[in-house]
Amino acid sequence: MKKLQVLSFAFLSILMASSCSNDDNPPVNEEELITTVAVTFTGGGQIITLTSRDLDGDGPNAPVITQTGGNFQNSTTYSGSVLFLNELENPVEDITEEVAEEAEDHQVFYQITNNLGTFVYSDLDADGKPIGLIFNFTTSNSGTGQIQVTLRHLPNKSANGVANGEITNAGGETDVQVTFPVVIQ
Amino acid sequence: MRYLTIPFFLLLFGFSVQAQFKLSGSITNEKNQKLMGTHIHTNYRNVASDPIGEYEINGLSPGNLRVVVSHLGYQTKDTLVDIQEDLILNFQMVPSETILKEVSVSAKSTLSGKSVVESNLKSETIEKYSSQTLGDALKEVTGVSLLKTGNVISKPIIHGLHSSRVPIFTNNVRLEDQQWGVEHAPNFDINAAGKITVIKGASGLKYGGDAIGGIVLIEPEKITADSIHGKTIVSLNSNGLGGSLTSSFNKDRTKGWSWNMLGTLKYFGDREAPDYVLSNTGNREANVSAGVSYTQPNYSLSGYYSLYQATIGILSASHIGNATDLYNAINNQVPTIINDFTHEINNPKQEVTHHLAKINYSQKLNDTSDLEVQYAFQYNQRLEYDLRRGTSFNVPALDLALTTNTLTIDYVKRSEHWTFKSGFNGLLQNNYADPATGIRPLIPTYDKLDVGAYGIFEYRLASDFILESGIRYDFSSIEATKYYLKSRWDERGYSPEFSHFIVEDFGNQWLTKPKFTFHNISGTVGIRKTFEKNWTTFANFSLSNRNPNPSEFFSDGLHHAIGMIELGDLFLEKETSVKASFTASKTFEKVYVEVSPYLNSVNNFIYLKPIGFETTIQGAFPVWEYEQTNAVLTGIDTNFKWDIFENLNYNLGLAYIYGRDVTAKDYLIDMPPLTISNRLKFQNPQWNGFFMELQSEWVFTQQNFPFNNFETQIIVDGAFQTVEVDVSTPPPGYYLLNFYTEKQFNIFKKVQTRMGFSVQNIFNTNYRDYLNRHRFYADDLGRNIQIQFKFNY
Repeated sequence: MKKLQVLSFAFLSILMASSCSNDDNPPVNEEELITTVAVTFTGGGQIITLTSRDLDGDGPNAPVITQTGGNFQNSTTYSGSVLFLNELENPVEDITEEVAEEAEDHQVFYQITNNLGTFVYSDLDADGKPIGLIFNFTTSNSGTGQIQVTLRHLPNKSANGVANGEITNAGGETDVQVTFPVVIQ
Repeated sequence: MRYLTIPFFLLLFGFSVQAQFKLSGSITNEKNQKLMGTHIHTNYRNVASDPIGEYEINGLSPGNLRVVVSHLGYQTKDTLVDIQEDLILNFQMVPSETILKEVSVSAKSTLSGKSVVESNLKSETIEKYSSQTLGDALKEVTGVSLLKTGNVISKPIIHGLHSSRVPIFTNNVRLEDQQWGVEHAPNFDINAAGKITVIKGASGLKYGGDAIGGIVLIEPEKITADSIHGKTIVSLNSNGLGGSLTSSFNKDRTKGWSWNMLGTLKYFGDREAPDYVLSNTGNREANVSAGVSYTQPNYSLSGYYSLYQATIGILSASHIGNATDLYNAINNQVPTIINDFTHEINNPKQEVTHHLAKINYSQKLNDTSDLEVQYAFQYNQRLEYDLRRGTSFNVPALDLALTTNTLTIDYVKRSEHWTFKSGFNGLLQNNYADPATGIRPLIPTYDKLDVGAYGIFEYRLASDFILESGIRYDFSSIEATKYYLKSRWDERGYSPEFSHFIVEDFGNQWLTKPKFTFHNISGTVGIRKTFEKNWTTFANFSLSNRNPNPSEFFSDGLHHAIGMIELGDLFLEKETSVKASFTASKTFEKVYVEVSPYLNSVNNFIYLKPIGFETTIQGAFPVWEYEQTNAVLTGIDTNFKWDIFENLNYNLGLAYIYGRDVTAKDYLIDMPPLTISNRLKFQNPQWNGFFMELQSEWVFTQQNFPFNNFETQIIVDGAFQTVEVDVSTPPPGYYLLNFYTEKQFNIFKKVQTRMGFSVQNIFNTNYRDYLNRHRFYADDLGRNIQIQFKFNY
């Protein structure tokens, strides 16, 4: 029975040891999180910015969408650019830089409903495929509709139509997908 | 070589069917000399061996008979035989300074006086799966299906239930390896198993009161004679262009020091479906284990250590972002990423390490009682790597370290008519979720304490009638340290009910310390009765309770592999199951039939239910929440064996289950469809142990499933269009044919060499399995040809 006592003592000491170590870790620092997508359009004397901001990540709150700089004008070409930010970091982290560094593994897709306009990529990665961080947007009809911005990680950039901005065959993982309501006057 | 002789031989002869049988044989000592005056004791009659060492007991009824053979100065033999015809049982007695080991000669799966049918897998079956997984081997048992994530990650489903509801014990230690996770395979080297037993149901009270589905017991190879032997198996596979090498060495002594060691290496590249490469599905394993024991007549002390290390690639195409990606994957049918075959494993992947160390001491208190004390330590590390940007690429997305200490004390007292078992166990566990991952962990850091005690009483009312009943009490407490997004905390409605868990305010998050305690009572009662004309029946009722696991309590966030938000719930209560199972079996001259219907009613059954949508910056996600309902699972397992000719036998296994959510009047998700397996085996031991078998798996289409489809919006031709994401419809049924053959060769003088050749999925059939979580992304495995070399020395 003596061995039994030794064993139970050993067990109890482990119990004590592990229940005493209770240092709380800080909250996880979600460096990669994208909280904010801001698309800026410059043209026709305007600077229009569409912003989608989701400060609770995959929490229940939906992203907040804002627009500054007025509505788009018809038959106008805007030069556009997109920014991906983590606004929970201090200072704010610019994730666009990471995307640009891994240009071959990323592509931003722009889709617009109701034939209100067209997007044309104006940047290329080292393989000569578009990235989509800068682009031209030309409005072609008046009306209301939506612009959907999608950032894909590891898409198949050589698939049919992908280089022209068609998302259908792109595959990969969606890192960002936001939809902005727009009005073209 | 004399020591290699098995202590006794069981010989069967004659097929005469009569109501009364004869048991006879001879008794020899360790030098093969005849022993006179040995007592042969049965419940029915006692006799002594005559001067030439022979004995005879006449007029025995069919059924199980406990035979106790004793001779002064020799170790007592206690065995259970299944009398179905006249039997010759020869015993070789071992001098009594060696320890008593219970030896069973029954070839049937009904070993002890338990009131449920256990299903066993023996080492020859296990060896077939040497380069595969524990799950693949378990599938041989009727009523066991596999829950898979791809082709390497698989875990058993027993009677429709899995994960936390099916604890796995290796070497008498409960595996603590984040077993709650559907994508977490048991961290165990299949080659370390000598025998695997599946108990369908919660009747194994010794092992725990929470096995609502069943229990898998894995025991190492047990040799009860003095011997030194080794085994090496080399397996080469065409699918995945890889294989495994496993080697073990045992030195066994019935008295004094014994030891054994085992090492296994596995190396596989991408697996292939019939039409394409399943990119990034290779795996690696490197396992070692060693045991040492010291045995004396009245006590034995043993130590054991094992290390399991695995790297498992996750199908590239299964890594998706949001609901639209899932819609595309399901509709494309062909995986979006198909690369050339490679042995390389990239992200996403899992890296798991499992250490297990234990000390076991067993003491013979007197002739009828034993005490066993065991302490076990387990350390499990799970690293899951994802496809991440930049410097985070090589940082795991999930890093969990689980440390478990367990202490078990078991006591057994035997008498002529009854056996009493009792015991205590304590578990102390710490889970550490490393925040350095930069991703909020799936489950939090927590401390857990479990204490349990049980008593089981087994009464042999007659040699053919056994009654078993048991009761168990478990206390459990868990305290987690978790950060909740304030928005999530409010959405879940945790205030004011759980406000006292909040410890500190961190901007948009609360630091909380949720703590829960549970008191559970579980019990079982069963009978086993053998009737005339070779009928045996078992009936068992069990009550069991399972507490919500960490993922059911605390999950909160995006589950990438299936593109959904999974939410735990602090309001969950424990699950309570009442299960009734019944088995009737009958042995005819050349046919054996076994039918086992069961009914499992689970109150507060915890399951994932779709509750709506949440939009994030990544797009829209369906939200699934852990909820509770009342579920009833009914089913039937059937086995049929037929010795068509002396060398040819046929086996049929059929398993059907019907799972119902009785509250919502709906079907339960992920219930195994009707499965029929057939096996035709030809063997001729005279041809150097030759045998070959043709085996078929026939899996039907699951027609009973809940409708969980959801809608998402995609832009088609410049306009938003609503599309349905079909996550509910099970894939069509399939039929696979497998072949296996084995023959012995006399290549080396002192080495028994056997060569096995097998083909799985002979016709390279395209199929997807309802219970494979990757069924949305790719077809299942194509043909595999395996060559095995087995050396016993």
